[in-house]
Amino acid sequence: MLNTLVFVCSAYALFLFAIAFAAERAAMRGQARWLRSPIVYTLSLSIYCTAWTFYGAVGSAVRSGFEYLTIYLGPSLVLIGWWWILRKLVRIGRSQRITSVADLISSRYGKSNLLAVGVTILAVVGTTPYIALQLQSVTLSFEVFGVGDIATGEEQGHTALWVAAGLALFTVIFGTRNLDANERHNGVVMAIAVEAVVKLAALLAVGVFVVWGLSGGVSEALAKIDASSLGQWQIDGGRWVGLMMLSAAAFLCLPRIFQVLVVENENETHLRTASWAFPLYLGLMSLFVVPIAVIGLEMLPEGSNPDLFVLTVPLSQGRDGLAVLSFLGGFSSATSMVIVAAIALSTMVSNHVVMPLWLRYAGGGAKVSGDVRGVVLLARRLSIIGVVMLGYLYYRLSGGGAALASIGLVSFAGLAQILPAMLGGIFWRGASRLGALVGLTLGFGCWGYTLFLPSFGAGVFLPEAWVTAGPFGIGWLRPHALFGIDAIDPLLHAVFWSLALNTGGFVLASLASFPGPLERLQGAQFVNVFEHSAAPRSWTGRVAQAEDLMIMAQRILGARDAQRLFEREARRQGMTDTLPAPTPSFLETLERELAGSVGAATAHAMVGQIVGGMSVSVEDLMAVADETAQLMEYSARLEAQSQELARTAAQLREANAKLTRLSVQKDAFLSQISHELRTPMTSIRAFSEILRDTTGLAPEDQHKYSSIIHDEAIRLTRLLDDLLDLSVLENGQVNLNLREGLLSDVLDRAVAAAAADEHGARLRISRDPAAEQIWLNTDLDRLSQVFINLVANARKYCDATRPALEIRVHSSDRLVIDFVDNGTGISLEAQDVIFEKFSRVSDQKAGGAGLGLAICRQIVTRLGGEISYLKGQGGAAFRVVLPADIAMAAE
Amino acid sequence: MTEAGPPRRGKPPVFLERQSYRRRRVIDAARVLPFIGMLLWVIPLLWREDGAVAVRSSSAILYLFGVWILLVAGAAVLSAKLAAQARDGTAEVEARGGEAP
Repeated sequence: MLNTLVFVCSAYALFLFAIAFAAERAAMRGQARWLRSPIVYTLSLSIYCTAWTFYGAVGSAVRSGFEYLTIYLGPSLVLIGWWWILRKLVRIGRSQRITSVADLISSRYGKSNLLAVGVTILAVVGTTPYIALQLQSVTLSFEVFGVGDIATGEEQGHTALWVAAGLALFTVIFGTRNLDANERHNGVVMAIAVEAVVKLAALLAVGVFVVWGLSGGVSEALAKIDASSLGQWQIDGGRWVGLMMLSAAAFLCLPRIFQVLVVENENETHLRTASWAFPLYLGLMSLFVVPIAVIGLEMLPEGSNPDLFVLTVPLSQGRDGLAVLSFLGGFSSATSMVIVAAIALSTMVSNHVVMPLWLRYAGGGAKVSGDVRGVVLLARRLSIIGVVMLGYLYYRLSGGGAALASIGLVSFAGLAQILPAMLGGIFWRGASRLGALVGLTLGFGCWGYTLFLPSFGAGVFLPEAWVTAGPFGIGWLRPHALFGIDAIDPLLHAVFWSLALNTGGFVLASLASFPGPLERLQGAQFVNVFEHSAAPRSWTGRVAQAEDLMIMAQRILGARDAQRLFEREARRQGMTDTLPAPTPSFLETLERELAGSVGAATAHAMVGQIVGGMSVSVEDLMAVADETAQLMEYSARLEAQSQELARTAAQLREANAKLTRLSVQKDAFLSQISHELRTPMTSIRAFSEILRDTTGLAPEDQHKYSSIIHDEAIRLTRLLDDLLDLSVLENGQVNLNLREGLLSDVLDRAVAAAAADEHGARLRISRDPAAEQIWLNTDLDRLSQVFINLVANARKYCDATRPALEIRVHSSDRLVIDFVDNGTGISLEAQDVIFEKFSRVSDQKAGGAGLGLAICRQIVTRLGGEISYLKGQGGAAFRVVLPADIAMAAE
Repeated sequence: MTEAGPPRRGKPPVFLERQSYRRRRVIDAARVLPFIGMLLWVIPLLWREDGAVAVRSSSAILYLFGVWILLVAGAAVLSAKLAAQARDGTAEVEARGGEAP
């Protein structure tokens, strides 16, 4: 019998290999459409029904009645309510190219690898007992056939090891053969779909046999049930609701379910079909559990293992064929679970643990050229083998003693710890990385302490005293009675406290922390996924350099595969040369190929970096923003510089114009001065020649001519004095001789001095002596020089018949002295130039060199005041304004 | 409102066309269905469990699986309706208007 079984088993395994292989081939030829129908998707979800379900449900029914149903009711509700959670989860998974449940959490919370590692550890710890459970059930079922004592089933030989090795082999072959196909495993999915059919058919066959074959019909079967020890409805209300919730939560969080539900999902509409088809499948799977349990109890000897009724009932009736079918059903349940769980876990382990470590310590980052593909493949394969062997080790160490159902529930409770972070992540934008980290840590710790570690039995990991009296004798910390709540089922107790602490920590830490920019962006993209994505992202960039893509692809896929891919794509685009144009469809293909090797997010980022496509991460944006800011700063600096240059140029132009003006002025000055010097020189020379050459000159004439020469010499001297004076004043070399004195004294002196060389009409001067009583603190000599000049000018140029000069003094905030005569004044055009050197208003009375007013202006400016011509005063009017600080009020 | 042409982007109209209205109600039904299922499956907690008046297991099986079949049928009908709407090319509207709060 055992040999037959081994043969059947091997044949079945080969059959699965063949199916997986055929599916792969079909997918490679592009005929994957029928492989990816909604029905296949629904059937692949059935990996939820493991050997625990297949064998353990009947055992559970025998032990605790209808409680086994809760494990199916929860997921059914989740599927029926797909519009709430699953629709969103699948859309997020597709639009963000999520590869695992750890990737989902990490991606949502700012691509935090710490969280990914945490979830990976949680998943491995939570799944390992589950894999052990599958190995145990397969071993048990083998033993049922192998050993005479069919009811108890003791473990013998190395069945579990062989099964584990076989599963690892299958998974390695089909789980890692097509690394370049976007994490989708057509062969595996097809194989588990077939296995789903096999296990359903097997269980239904046994059920039909039990109801119609052994009981004689539906009503008789129901009557038998009512008559049995399970005949009355008895249920622990807390566990009924609690387990329903727990299984619903676990359905969302189990890595293998996530794998088939989200990662392997080909089309979102498949979910619509699964929403009713999968609950139907679950209903059928659980339909005959109670009848089988009742018949088993009735027909098999006392003490038989109820976990194996599905096998032992047909066997005891001599239905070997049915028993073998049932065995295959159990085998299918176990293998499909292990295969998908190993794929899911190995994806997590290699993407979040092995690859980051390898890239850090061995690869020197993705920049190093080399074949990353080999490393990824190796990491996946080793992870798969590691995960399966971990399950085997757990099985050996735990001794395979505990009832199947309880191991499964421990695992469920552990993985349900992901739920708060997951649901919070997709529905609450405020959920933060810290919150997820705190919640997961608290939940995981609490689960480990209250459920996982005690599940090994008291004294294995937790000291016996801890379990009974609490750690260090602290009673309210007992693992099964936290905070003194002890009258409660240990499982519910653990689930309650772990999820309560988890959710509480998650919410509080999220409320208290402030997420980073990447986290907030991802949060928005996850929570509002339906607004952000109509379909998975696609590339629109056309600027990609095909060569860069080629280089990158070679690094990851290996040179041969990359070249083949590029050639194929080029041919598809109808090009003869080896590099295809970077069309969106090509980029998508390439990204999918890369995703299988390095994870979807990395692949997207790598392609994105080269293509510069539309999807940019916040970090990219920040880098870009940085560069932009630098550019802007640079251009602002340039602008400032150019403005400065413009200003300088304007200043230079101005200076140039001024220089030109000065040069003209200098030329004019030189010609003026040579003219001024020349005139007296000419007369001096002429008269001195007369004196020298003419003999017999009358003494009067001689005296007259000598006087002229003398006068002209004095005039020259005065001119030179004035020039010197002006030059000194203009160069600012003059030292002011500050003294105190009365303004009236200064004016008296000036009037007297101006009158000294009086000739011509007498000038009448009117003054206001009272207003002149102002003390000055200034260079009085220079000031009187100005006044002398102004009074002398009035005397010289006033053309009125009765010339008069009025000197007015006002002192307000400044001291103002006006000199106004009653002549015709100065013509409008001459007003502008009277203060220039050598400017004379009229030639007819050329008494001076035309330097007087220029000197006056220089002096007044030096004294801090100003001199100007006043218009509209009737005659010529000059105003001298002096600053207030040189004037002191009369004492 | 039915003749007002396509609704402007950004400001959804207060009243929907009959078709859109029906579509939203189908989505509402899809949302409510799991809660109905949960309610019906929690009802057994109210059953008598003691002695001779306890509910018999056969009745329990019939009730629980009966609810199951009803839920599956309901989900299937809603799924078919949603699929039909999606085929009408209204998937976008449905996704936006029917987004979970």
